[in-house]
Amino acid sequence: MFNLAFLIPIFPLLAFVLIVFFLNRNNRVSALTAVGGILLAGVFSYGVLFEAIGRGGELAKHPESFSLPGFFTLPTGKETFFVGWMIDPLAAITLFMVTTICLMIFIYSIGYMQHSHTDAQGQHHVTDDPRYARFFAYISLFAGGMLGLVISSNLIELFLFWEIMGLCSYLLIGFWSVRAPGEHHIDDAQTVRAKFAAIKAFLTTRVGDSVFFIGIIFLYIHAHDLTFPVIFTEETLHHLAKTEMLPGVPWVTVIALLILAGTIGKSAQFPLHIWLPDAMEGPTPVSALIHAATMVSAGVYLIARMFPLFLTAAETHGPVMQVVALVGAFTALFAATIGIAQDDIKRVLAYSTISQLGFMVAALGIEAYTAGTFHLITHAFFKALLFLSAGAVIHGVGTNDMMNMGGLRKKMPITATVFIVGAIALAGIPPFAGFWSKDEILGHAFELGFGEHPDPVASAVFVMLAIAAFCTAFYMTRQIFLTFFGEGRDHHAFEHAHESPVVMWAPLAVLAFFAATIGFINATPLGIDFFGKFVGEYVLGIKAHMEHTPFNPLVAGMSVGIALTGIALGYLLYGLRPLKHGQRDPLMVLGPVWTLLRNKYFMDELYGVVIAQKAGPAGKTGKADSVRVQPGLLLMFVGWLSEVCYAFDKAIVDGMVNLVAALGRALATVSGWIDKTFVDGAVNLVGVVTEEIGDGLKLIQTGRVQNYLLLAVTGATICVLVFFLIR
Amino acid sequence: MSTPLVLTYVGFLIMAAVAICGGLIAVSARNLIRAALGLILSFVGVAGLYFVLEAEFIAVVQILVYVGAISILVLFAVMLTRGLMRRDLSAQNSQWIAALVVALVLFSALLLVATGTNWKVAETKIAGDLIPKLGEQLMTTYLLPFEAVSLLLLAALVGAIVIARE
Amino acid sequence: MIPLPFYLVIAAALFCVGLYGALARRNAIAILIGIELMLNAVNLNLVAFWRYIKPASPTMDLAGQVFALFVVTLAAAEAAIGLALVIAIYRSRDTVNVEDVDLMKW
Repeated sequence: MFNLAFLIPIFPLLAFVLIVFFLNRNNRVSALTAVGGILLAGVFSYGVLFEAIGRGGELAKHPESFSLPGFFTLPTGKETFFVGWMIDPLAAITLFMVTTICLMIFIYSIGYMQHSHTDAQGQHHVTDDPRYARFFAYISLFAGGMLGLVISSNLIELFLFWEIMGLCSYLLIGFWSVRAPGEHHIDDAQTVRAKFAAIKAFLTTRVGDSVFFIGIIFLYIHAHDLTFPVIFTEETLHHLAKTEMLPGVPWVTVIALLILAGTIGKSAQFPLHIWLPDAMEGPTPVSALIHAATMVSAGVYLIARMFPLFLTAAETHGPVMQVVALVGAFTALFAATIGIAQDDIKRVLAYSTISQLGFMVAALGIEAYTAGTFHLITHAFFKALLFLSAGAVIHGVGTNDMMNMGGLRKKMPITATVFIVGAIALAGIPPFAGFWSKDEILGHAFELGFGEHPDPVASAVFVMLAIAAFCTAFYMTRQIFLTFFGEGRDHHAFEHAHESPVVMWAPLAVLAFFAATIGFINATPLGIDFFGKFVGEYVLGIKAHMEHTPFNPLVAGMSVGIALTGIALGYLLYGLRPLKHGQRDPLMVLGPVWTLLRNKYFMDELYGVVIAQKAGPAGKTGKADSVRVQPGLLLMFVGWLSEVCYAFDKAIVDGMVNLVAALGRALATVSGWIDKTFVDGAVNLVGVVTEEIGDGLKLIQTGRVQNYLLLAVTGATICVLVFFLIR
Repeated sequence: MSTPLVLTYVGFLIMAAVAICGGLIAVSARNLIRAALGLILSFVGVAGLYFVLEAEFIAVVQILVYVGAISILVLFAVMLTRGLMRRDLSAQNSQWIAALVVALVLFSALLLVATGTNWKVAETKIAGDLIPKLGEQLMTTYLLPFEAVSLLLLAALVGAIVIARE
Repeated sequence: MIPLPFYLVIAAALFCVGLYGALARRNAIAILIGIELMLNAVNLNLVAFWRYIKPASPTMDLAGQVFALFVVTLAAAEAAIGLALVIAIYRSRDTVNVEDVDLMKW
């Protein structure tokens, strides 16, 4: 089965090619092709997972890697990269997660990408999105990229798929940046926002990716290979730890930090998190697929993949692991607090995603490999569920603003139910999935931070994560009550609301099932540690040397207590007295703190001042073309710097070049004159002389035979005379 | 058959004079008929010189072929192209003075060679009839040149017919 | 016997007369006459040398006479071809004046 694993990304890529080149005329066939591609990939992924489980610990110790023979190679000077794939337990379980969620989201999209609207006569119309087939092509390409990344066996391949996903993310965030005539579900302002959100996402992640690529280059220079089984050997890691860039700074630390930059960009960690909330301009299945479940967790997956490198860096007493942990924990807290004060249903979830990714990164940073990857899997399920339910709400109501919702529980009972399941899972209430993974992270942090040898970093991480968990529970409660309970605050939207078609709620039900139960694969309190044994004992054949954290009832109680407190507070503020139409948010009593959270700590404005911001008549009437980018201070400085460099270049460098050119020109002129006068003169002289001689000599060619004979006889006579006289 | 030396000298001088005079007429006569007759005279003179040299067969052939065949041929050609030369045009072309000078210089050179060379002359008497021997040698020693000349003559014959044919 | 140079001088004179005719005459037939004279001069030389130089046994080797015969044959062939050419030129160009025949002029 493993030797066929390379087919898994091929199926969706094939679907992409088929749709783009052949099937794009027919929306239904395109959608079914995409679903079929991911279904086949899913079948193979499940096969891989079952075989991996069957092999048990052996596979963790010896991951299987394959390479395609022949021309599927990348020669790089002395070495040759083989296009290959590698299966280890983490890859196997991630394949299972990705294909399951992709399949659900693809099916959901069949319904979601149809828009209903009421025309002037009051007739209901359901029409396909104008770029329906293209949407399925894009998400198929994306699925191929993600699956390829998971099974990549070297960093170059991983980076290629990483960038394919970045491209798809860009295309899909900006999917509604063009409005076809007669499209009713979006307006012009939305197209402008989508356009700039796509650019913002692309450029921001590019920053991280560029640094990541520099890391890959350094790793290649010092390890002479990028294939995982080769670089993660004791010798190579030892070599990386021993060679130093600066005194006291081994290369492994530098490379690990550079790779971390890739994670920060892709997984939207502070300070490159700003693109993810704006990415919600894309269609909701995209938000669920790319910006919640899969692509953003690829950053975490990258750290998990490169974990031996990070461990080696930690062994050299570099600050790598501490940086990872603090970035993750700070992001978790930072994003969770912002999530409290947002009104857009998808943006709340977006900040929640950032926060939960922070949990995973922090978990890896405190060397809780099992907990981090476990949370990666569980989070993917319930966050995809939450996004898709939110999408169903948006689809039904026609707005993103929670202040215009309320009371939807009556109109959309199934959606409400699955949303609440997802929210409870996210908040961390047992026995739902989020509890088990989040509890494990908190438990590990508590163990390290307040155990026998207290680690100040781990204790700080624990405190930040605990507050973040509290905020998580609170904002999810707020969201549920604002959306589904109380009464409809916007009469028109409430009337418009309707339950989704079965093609949309069936995937939600499946995901809800997983969100409720997936946690049991590693329910340590119940003595189930299947996942930990499967994934966490060995990392790419290297023994993971972290201790297994015993179940701590104190921590479990504490985390449940934190979640319940958050929920209780949310119920007090939003559940007891539901918001009426036009009523202000009760949290506004916080005053300046509310303003700060509401405006996301003014991070966008800060970036606007420092880097760049939109300028011009954006808004309801703004056309995309009239919006300009206003450079920020840093950009202006860079611009000024480049002006100076340009002037220098123009005056000095160009001057020198021009001087050299002028000298060469003068020399060439002299040389040309000599050539023309003497060399050509000599050649012409030869020609002229020959011509003159010929002109003279031709006169004897009279054509009269007697002339010739006379000359011949004269010559003969002279010969006779000479011959006789010299004898 | 022994002829007195004086008679031999007389015969030689007469024949030489006939040959030279005929030649001069042949190259200088304005009328081509006369020139052809001068040519015949010259041929006869040369034939006489062959008699003096005791080469009777060659002398007879000379008269037969040259006088009897070639000269008649020339006369026919002259008559075929009669009246073509314009009366006012000189018989000599524009380079005749140069030709005369060259001919005279060549003659003096040949004179020098003929008189200035120490010829290894052997006085011999010819005994018997040479004609059967000549025929025998033509058919033995000189067979190949003989056949080649025959072929040449045939080719010339065919060629002349082809060229002159209308 | 008459000394050999006598014959040689006569032959040289005849040759030069013929040469003058070949070089200086305008009429193509006259040129042919000159050439015949030159061939006669050569024949005279051949026979004279046979008689005086070669005949250590003149009865045994008749090379001089044989070649004189060949030259006579050649002269006949040459005369036939030459006159045929004259006739051909006369037909095509209506002239026997060699100064008018200068197709090879530059």
